[in-house]
Amino acid sequence: MKCEDVSKELIGYLDRRANSAERRRVEEHLTQCAACRKRAGEFRELWSILEEVPAIEPSFGFDARVRQRVAAEPRPRWFGFVPQPRLAFSMALLFALSVWMVRLPQSNTGIVAETAATESEQFQAIKDLGVLDNYEVLTKFDALSELTPTAAEPPVKLPRNHRAGNENGGA
Amino acid sequence: MARSDVQLMLDVKAGNDASFGLLLQKYRSPLVSFLYRMVRDTATAEDLAQEVFLRVYRARKQYSPSAKFTTWMFRIATNLALNSLRDNRYRKMETSIDAPQSNEEDAAPRELPAREMRIDEHLLERDRCEVIRGAIGTLPEKQRVAVLLHKYEEMDYAEIAKILECSESALKSLLFRAYETLRVQLAPLVGQPAQHRAGEGRVS
Repeated sequence: MKCEDVSKELIGYLDRRANSAERRRVEEHLTQCAACRKRAGEFRELWSILEEVPAIEPSFGFDARVRQRVAAEPRPRWFGFVPQPRLAFSMALLFALSVWMVRLPQSNTGIVAETAATESEQFQAIKDLGVLDNYEVLTKFDALSELTPTAAEPPVKLPRNHRAGNENGGA
Repeated sequence: MARSDVQLMLDVKAGNDASFGLLLQKYRSPLVSFLYRMVRDTATAEDLAQEVFLRVYRARKQYSPSAKFTTWMFRIATNLALNSLRDNRYRKMETSIDAPQSNEEDAAPRELPAREMRIDEHLLERDRCEVIRGAIGTLPEKQRVAVLLHKYEEMDYAEIAKILECSESALKSLLFRAYETLRVQLAPLVGQPAQHRAGEGRVS
């Protein structure tokens, strides 16, 4: 073992945290190397010097000040169980979405029912207009008006009251 | 039987503020001492220690016992101390830039060239403990944290490595370099008669 390698293991050897294999390696080196042995001795001395420095005690009232600051902290609110704001937002969004989803089928049923009722009324109105099919054909077939009337085939003439009736009935 | 720190913290998480009081009682002195050795100012150390306890309390709901309580708490303390030192350094830098020329002479003694001379002067004028604290204070920040946690808090390598966010192997090298620096800096104290170290380290 070289001196550079010992430097990494020396602290663990001196503070007795090195494992038995590491200890053995360092001990072997120290028996052979006077410089490292001297350094190890000085480290031990240094550590005892460092221990001379006493711990600092907090001043009177330190605990009271900490407790005061802790007491001033906001208390957890009813949604305090939610660990993160992002999660709280996601939960709120999910809730809103589920409410909307629950309402969605009810709205559709209403629309369908309403549509069905309108269609039924419209169908009833159309059913009463038996002549409407002919009327549609005849009014759009402009060529008929250009034909010369003959005795055998008198021109088609829609009765005035019929047209008015259709219009009224379709309304 | 005394409850473990993790159990106490879980109690705090459950809303038991009395358990927080027990943690405060147990760690107030180690925490203030650690912070004082870091920042070397009593008022700042106490302010930072209060902040650590407050942060521990605020984080109670998110606490999970994945690491040792002390690792978690000293990691908060270390980060706060390092931030405070950096802020202080920045403030000092701003002051020195803004300060008039005459003040530069007052600031100069902070960078004395000869370390042995400085230590000898300290031995004559100041408390022996202050010399030791001063030597620790001159270490680079990471080395300082490593020494304080290793020597004074007696933490194991794995814990310190977690706090410093480095490997155990890197930590061992860091500790060796730190103790080597201290060995050289505090050489005048090594081998002095035992009576010099007695009674809170006062030089007789």
